[in-house]
Amino acid sequence: MARMKFLCDVSRCIECNGCVTACKNENDVPWGVNRRRVVTINDGVPGERSVSVACMHCSDAPCAAVCPVDCFVRTEDGVVLHDKDLCIGCGYCFYACPFGAPQFPQQGAFGVRGKMDKCTFCAGGPGPDNEDRVKKYGRDRLAEGKLPLCAEMCATKALLAGDGEVVANIYRERVFNRGKGAEVWGWGTAYGPPGAKAEPPAQGAKS
Amino acid sequence: MKRRMFFGSLATLAAGVAVVGLTGCGERPQVIEYKQGKYQGKPYDEPWKGKQWNDSRQDWSVAIDTRAQGQNEYKRIK
Repeated sequence: MARMKFLCDVSRCIECNGCVTACKNENDVPWGVNRRRVVTINDGVPGERSVSVACMHCSDAPCAAVCPVDCFVRTEDGVVLHDKDLCIGCGYCFYACPFGAPQFPQQGAFGVRGKMDKCTFCAGGPGPDNEDRVKKYGRDRLAEGKLPLCAEMCATKALLAGDGEVVANIYRERVFNRGKGAEVWGWGTAYGPPGAKAEPPAQGAKS
Repeated sequence: MKRRMFFGSLATLAAGVAVVGLTGCGERPQVIEYKQGKYQGKPYDEPWKGKQWNDSRQDWSVAIDTRAQGQNEYKRIK
């Protein structure tokens, strides 16, 4: 049984925020709500790492456990969705989520907290497939046989999405091929192994 | 006689007020009944339900996994 998961390869993420932009555009996410965001650790110092974070579609989702109105559902393919018509905007899910995924639109003069909004893994939401659903939850790309746009848009393919097993295998192959330590980044990777002589460019070739 | 009628109507009025007042104290369910721990929202149609996949989960899974392999440049570029 498929279990849809995200995986962010922190060695590849370049903090371009392409995933954030793609998500906002594809799902017409309201101003002030970020279903996905890029978190950078040790910004500007050697060893800086960035990771793209959104709802991780937990197998045992704490947001669903604390919801007083039981508006969360985990679909057969492992996507955690919620019914916005039931949500009362209490914010319990925000406190329970270890990733800070639930977002609340703050509109009006007093910043009234609205109904919760979060990543849907581009699976739309509950209810009949119509314009109203698209307006509430965004596009249903999974039904079209497509993956979430944030992952498909990722330029360095740092963000992977799909069935957990498939994604894990891709990452495993990647780690195996790129090696470890000094093999990953550095002089040898950029200019070849030590002792390798640079070939002069061919006659007439552009540099 | 008049006094008796007055007290009789007063008692009827008091009983009526008490009945109306007690009705106001009644607790009626004003929200839907939630069942603890069970999803209460609208049903969700699985992505393979529809014309494109003819309700075939297998076809949909294959399509999604093939698409996911597009993220693997070691296979895509070869």
